[in-house]
Amino acid sequence: MNGARAYEPVIGVEIHVQLRTRTKMFCGCELAFGRPPNELTCPVCLGHPGTLPVTNAEAVHLALMIAMAFECEIADRSVFHRKNYFYPDNPKGYQVSQYDIPLARSGRLGEVRIHRVHLEEDAAKLVHSGASGRIHGAEGSVVDFNRAGTPLVEIVTEPDIASGAQAAEFGRLLQATLRRMGVSDVNMEEGSLRMDANVSIRPAGEATLGTKTELKNMNSFRFLERGIAAEIERQEAVVRGGGAVEQETLHFDPRSGAITSLRSKEEAHDYRYFPEPDLVPIAPTRTMLERARSALPELPAARAERFERELELPAAAAKLLAFRSGLGDFLERAVAAGAAGARPIANWVTNELPARLGDRDPADTALHPAALAELVALVESDDVSHSAAKEVLDELLESGGDPAAIVESRGLGRAGSDELEQIVERAMADQAEAVEKIRAGNDKAIGAVVGVVMRETKGRADGGEVQRMIRERIGA
Amino acid sequence: MSADPALLDASSTAAAVRGGRLDRGEVFEFWRERAASDDLGSYLWVADGPDGAAGDGPLGGVPVAVKDLFCVEGVPSTSASRILDGYRPPYTSTAVSRLRSAGAPVLGKTNQDEFAMGSSTENSGYGPVRNPWDTERVPGGSSGGSAAAVAAGTAPWAIGTDTGGSIRQPASLCGIVGMKPTYGAVSRHGMIAFASSLDQCGPLTRTVTDAALLMSALVGHDPLDSTSLEHPEGIRLPTAERLDGLRVGVWGLEEEGLAPGVADLVRQAIGSIESLGGAVSEVDLPHASHGISAYYVIAPAEASANLARYDGVRYGLRSEQSDLLSMYEQTRHDGFGEEVRRRIMIGTYALSSGYYEAYYGTAQKVRTRIVEDFRTAFADVDLVVTPVSPTVAFRLGERTADPLSMYLSDYYTVPFSLAGLPAISIPCGLSEGLPVGLQLAGPPFSESRILDAAHALEAELGFEGLPRS
Repeated sequence: MNGARAYEPVIGVEIHVQLRTRTKMFCGCELAFGRPPNELTCPVCLGHPGTLPVTNAEAVHLALMIAMAFECEIADRSVFHRKNYFYPDNPKGYQVSQYDIPLARSGRLGEVRIHRVHLEEDAAKLVHSGASGRIHGAEGSVVDFNRAGTPLVEIVTEPDIASGAQAAEFGRLLQATLRRMGVSDVNMEEGSLRMDANVSIRPAGEATLGTKTELKNMNSFRFLERGIAAEIERQEAVVRGGGAVEQETLHFDPRSGAITSLRSKEEAHDYRYFPEPDLVPIAPTRTMLERARSALPELPAARAERFERELELPAAAAKLLAFRSGLGDFLERAVAAGAAGARPIANWVTNELPARLGDRDPADTALHPAALAELVALVESDDVSHSAAKEVLDELLESGGDPAAIVESRGLGRAGSDELEQIVERAMADQAEAVEKIRAGNDKAIGAVVGVVMRETKGRADGGEVQRMIRERIGA
Repeated sequence: MSADPALLDASSTAAAVRGGRLDRGEVFEFWRERAASDDLGSYLWVADGPDGAAGDGPLGGVPVAVKDLFCVEGVPSTSASRILDGYRPPYTSTAVSRLRSAGAPVLGKTNQDEFAMGSSTENSGYGPVRNPWDTERVPGGSSGGSAAAVAAGTAPWAIGTDTGGSIRQPASLCGIVGMKPTYGAVSRHGMIAFASSLDQCGPLTRTVTDAALLMSALVGHDPLDSTSLEHPEGIRLPTAERLDGLRVGVWGLEEEGLAPGVADLVRQAIGSIESLGGAVSEVDLPHASHGISAYYVIAPAEASANLARYDGVRYGLRSEQSDLLSMYEQTRHDGFGEEVRRRIMIGTYALSSGYYEAYYGTAQKVRTRIVEDFRTAFADVDLVVTPVSPTVAFRLGERTADPLSMYLSDYYTVPFSLAGLPAISIPCGLSEGLPVGLQLAGPPFSESRILDAAHALEAELGFEGLPRS
């Protein structure tokens, strides 16, 4: 860096997660995505005069599960506060949230410490008409209150993250963990998982934190990574140019890569938090805590570790299987069937299934885990070639059935040696010119003969074996 | 008809209806006509006919006048604010639903100070209410419409709300009975909020028995109000005629602002307590005199948030402007009266960053001290007795220019509000020809004991209300 000082980024993230409860945080309205505007509303979530909030016990349960998954300390009595601000998406003029006594504190997920976990309600959705699609320059705005009052858990990390890539990695672990727990849809496009990042830089090795900026509402992990990288670059340029980073809230445009200011420190709201007098504190009972504890499944980080340890899988495969719990579950059932080893089955589950299914869960196909195990066993015992086995897999996914029977009925078994010898000899006679070239030392010409054999056997022959037979006959 | 509802108290009318001596339809019509003839400004809306109240409930079809801030589905409910002009709620408050299912239909919606902010009912967006004892004077507030209607005989009974004295003070100034229950005893669901940690619904009636009967219908846990509780003792109809063995602590008779005529009547009433067998002593409430200061931080702070929803976006008044901020500002300027705007500003300031601890934080500490004062006091006495209002009803306009003097109207009532305690105001005589109230208060959920004591004292004091016919 030519003697220029090195800077290190210090990043913390704030995550909002919509909980998958049947009803809203403080009223009985149903929760659903994509319904006609303002269909899922009542006097409470519309902020009518005289209405009062009543805390959704299931939301508290899911939030306790999250706090436990992150190994947090859970407060004996956590308190709701009112966060006051005027905006059309905020029907009461205040958001019910938590402030100085959150539901839980001091946890950890992976390498990142969790600062706090609290419960709050989501705002309504503003829809701006006009070209920009944002409130600036909009011709008009309408409000959809279906989302208003959706239960949210806000998760704030400590500033333990050093790069955009690490932030995205953490986001993926968090998403996989919450998905595994079934507490949220964690869909970034639909907004059930939303991430903000607090970014600052400081001279490498120093202990004090620099002034941070807040990057708002990144709606994919890729944009989160790019946005943070762009902001780090911007801050370094400011500091190297002799300037100072200002505390502000920023928007990253993933299309242009541009970072624009939403508001500066001077424009920051005074939210005038005070304890919500309409609600009593959340005081989890022993029963509530036990219920949350027993509802926790094995979480992805632990599962990946177990896959590596118990099934001796490579780290990358173990992680994929743990993060995509549908694949992991399928693997475990296939291994349990006992027909083949974990490693070859894992190869098929992590490569061939995602290639064919995309994000779909293999449990939603006709393929039975035991059938996959049998198929892998046929490949391992050399009874079926790898490419023939892929054809069998296609049929299994489509219509299920028994792999051996499919191999039999479609004639996909390894070609027997007598049959193969005849085919090889026919092919050599057919490709006399190529055979001459091989004799003359042009080894590449062997491909033409092998190709004919493979076509004839419909891929049931082993390529190496065919080459060996050809060379034997030529005497090369 | 075999009895005249005008001459009966509401519980006797209810008994007559249930005994078949009076017809419930005729009773409703009798009171509807009287409500419609009101010329004090008591009503903002009068029902055309009885709504779907239960036919055989204990309230016997005797209609109830309801303070405007109780939401009633399809019925104008504005909390006497222009910002809710024309607002008809899509749902009904729990208090009104409970009264209906106990047999009391809604007679009308009564006038009040806007959003219950005031002690004279001069702050209504729809004109003031006049005191039936002297129409140049205020009925008190904020439940002034309910108090005036009951006192003037245009309602058999009524409900109101009390945040710092808004039932007890107008009851006192109008010479009727008014009770604020323990905080949490009655659901606040559907009460247009002023200050959530203080607001409580309660009865305004001619007699202590009427108050008890309405109370018995109102109390109970409501799943729609997390701060409501099942009343551990329930409400018993009062029967006591003596106060033997009752330990009564007196507070506040030496205060500078207490009118001598009021002090004299309260002392006489205390004499009656003793003659009924009660043991009277002085009680020390060292922090109660700071109640008003704490109250006028806490209540406006909560109100500043409670009233933020009136933004012109979803219902009520909207003053159209070209941009959002101007629309907010113009709507709230046009819709809120001066006192409401003053309290929103006080509350906003008290909660602001840098001032929160000094104002809201300190006020909450004072509130805690007052709660502790009462806890100590109730170790030695069963009930506390005080004046209700330091003065009799004042003239319209007399205090509107001086908010502080208006706020001091609540000096005796506010400490009990801050501590969430039940308290009743019963009339104890006339000073300068105007009614004076006596406040009896007890520990949480002691309503039945308070009502019993008030019942015995009521008979002993023999206060005559205004004639009704």
